[in-house]
Amino acid sequence: MDGQPALPSYQFVLNGQSVTVDAPADMPLLWVLRDKLGVTGPKYGCGVGVCRACTSHLDGAEIQPCMVAVQDCAGRQVTTIEGLADGDRLHPVQQAWLDNDVAQCGFCQPGQIMTAVALLRRTPNPTDADIDRIENVCRCGTYFRIREAIKQAAAGRN
Amino acid sequence: MAVLVADELDARLGDVDVPLAPARPELVFNQLTGASNSVRSLYDPVRAAAAAARARLVTAAARRWSLPAGSLRTQDSAVLAPDGRSASYASLAVEAAAVLVPAVPGTPKPPAQQRLVGQGTGRIDARDIVTGKAKYTGDLDIPGAVPTVVSRPPTINGTVRSYDATAALAMPGVLGVVRIPTGIAVLAETFDQAMKAKAAVQVTWQPGPLAALSDEDIRGKLRAAQPPFLIPPLLTRHVDAEFDFAFVSHAPMEVLTAVADVRADRAELWFGAQAPIVAQQAIAAELGLPLSAVTLHVVRGGGSFGRRLFHDAGLEAAQISRAAGRPVKLMWTRNDDVRHGRMRPASHHRIRATHALGQVLTYEHRVATVQTDFRHGLGEALTAAAFDLSVAGITLSQAFFLLTEKLPYELGVSTQLLAEVPLQMHTGSWRSVYSGLVRVADEIMVDELARTLGQDPVLFRRNRLPDATGRAVLDKLAQAGGWGRDLPAGHAQGIAFHAEHRSSVAYLVELDATDRADPRVTRAVAVADVGRAVNPRGLEAQLMGALMDGISVTLQAGLHIDKGAVREGSYADFKYARQRHSPPEFEVHLMPPSGSPGGAGELGVPAAAAAVANAYARATGTSPRSFPINF
Repeated sequence: MDGQPALPSYQFVLNGQSVTVDAPADMPLLWVLRDKLGVTGPKYGCGVGVCRACTSHLDGAEIQPCMVAVQDCAGRQVTTIEGLADGDRLHPVQQAWLDNDVAQCGFCQPGQIMTAVALLRRTPNPTDADIDRIENVCRCGTYFRIREAIKQAAAGRN
Repeated sequence: MAVLVADELDARLGDVDVPLAPARPELVFNQLTGASNSVRSLYDPVRAAAAAARARLVTAAARRWSLPAGSLRTQDSAVLAPDGRSASYASLAVEAAAVLVPAVPGTPKPPAQQRLVGQGTGRIDARDIVTGKAKYTGDLDIPGAVPTVVSRPPTINGTVRSYDATAALAMPGVLGVVRIPTGIAVLAETFDQAMKAKAAVQVTWQPGPLAALSDEDIRGKLRAAQPPFLIPPLLTRHVDAEFDFAFVSHAPMEVLTAVADVRADRAELWFGAQAPIVAQQAIAAELGLPLSAVTLHVVRGGGSFGRRLFHDAGLEAAQISRAAGRPVKLMWTRNDDVRHGRMRPASHHRIRATHALGQVLTYEHRVATVQTDFRHGLGEALTAAAFDLSVAGITLSQAFFLLTEKLPYELGVSTQLLAEVPLQMHTGSWRSVYSGLVRVADEIMVDELARTLGQDPVLFRRNRLPDATGRAVLDKLAQAGGWGRDLPAGHAQGIAFHAEHRSSVAYLVELDATDRADPRVTRAVAVADVGRAVNPRGLEAQLMGALMDGISVTLQAGLHIDKGAVREGSYADFKYARQRHSPPEFEVHLMPPSGSPGGAGELGVPAAAAAVANAYARATGTSPRSFPINF
């Protein structure tokens, strides 16, 4: 808007590509991705880090982009669900999701998959107790198949 | 639907797309997705249409090749000739459309020839979902549609007395502020800026019509509305019980979102809608436009459970777009969804059963609920029958109750009556509607009757089920679930049964209630007979989701009303189940196919919820009466 100071500019790597955006420093990454960059895989479900439908990765670790300001992403690697597959070759966790027909409405699944990928990076052979610690909400109640898909993906890499 | 089409057409499943039709008022039966009627109502028509198309494709190929149509066969989306020639359906489509009288019969296959029905397959859109390509309303890139949120009152149905948007309009990215009947809308370049500016709008609110009411008051109104029992407890042994169920949010993962582009002479909208014709009519009436000038594109919904039967967000988006003079993308926040969204109505139940010599003589169930909003109409399976009842002077909600609520057991003289308390709040059908309340209370009561009469809960049910299908489901459950096996102290099994939508289901759950404040279902087994499962993997998914609904509403998830406002505001306090509440062991057994498919989308909820309650009662030696139990 006229008369307002120019917005600061931030550069980061998004799904392997360098991007630069002009945005207020405190704007959550979620809205930078969705409203400025048109990257809509990360979903809004609560905006307060509870439902975790937006879960993505920052330098390979799980984050909730609704709770991370864009200024904290400067110079770092952001990966969303769109950046998980290697071209047409799905990530093993995505493949496990297909094999187990996990998704119902599908809305939370990008976040569920990104959470599962991060879990398997930290804990290659998760126990049921490890899987129980996943907080992502699935309102369709696909939890059992999520559990099976994570176990399948873990077994596949052994 | 894709499976039915691919099977009858002899097409590859991957070649079948099932797009969502826009609102089409010329369609009969309301174009409604709900009441578990999609497969039931479309199984025959979709197969008939696909079989007729196949007959025309074969006829077109026969003409092209000058071969007898009867000598051709179809496979993998192509017509094949005995000499090895083949023609894809795509190459034949134009010629096939011109065929008036097919040279081969266009009747659907008998079940023995079906290749895909009953086999089990994944969703055809699963790859789009796992790669983030699936588009929901908020993901659509409609030119010019700007992010929009609404400042809403602290109480349900509160109204704007006055507002001052000066500060909000001066904030970065803000594009406009307009007043609509439900609040103050803020338009901005991003949702972040819209939400921040929304917080800066100064609004003086007029309290809503329920501002004096809290849960206790509502419960009092429900108790006072109860119709009396017919049978006095004179001289007869009897069991009485009262049950309360809290309000429950639909809380679909995707909050209500709608895109609207309203011009002087036309309007175009995009949103997830279970009842698009009703939505289109209401929006056209609101805008003063003819129905033909309003286009409603139906978009994939991120969960619904009955919520998207209502077009609240679509109507608001139309009002905002008209007032602001530009296209808008309206999103409810999660707070809006929980505090101003629809709810399963709270209910109060009184049940009295009399018995003598080990037999139940009478069974009376009185239900009082806050009135359920059925203004979206009913689905095909119920519309005709409900119309007959409404002509007889019965309300739509009473008609729905009468048509859906059936006690499956022979329990002597049995009566069920519904009383409704109208309150000015947003209610709506929640997956399984009345059955999620009435049949849950029934199934808990049946367990208590069995206990009173010293009978096994499975045998007690089995001996009173006149339907052989139901008895077979119970037998299979007891065997597959290991009914009666030893469990550690503080753990117990619970079972429950439900029949609806021409289907039957029973659940067995094992519950660890050693920590009563945080019980865990450790194992669950479901057995279902749906006549014929079109896609068993999809059916198993429905029964898995219904189990999570049952765990949630029985143990932990509900809404409180405090002085006319919903106390909860997100998934942090509306405690829908998480991974740690789901059983690490879960199995489904489907009975062998017979007949045509029944409905199953809502089928599992009542039995799952009641099985959890019955397990809790057995594990703790208590008689839970108010749900959710930990609330």
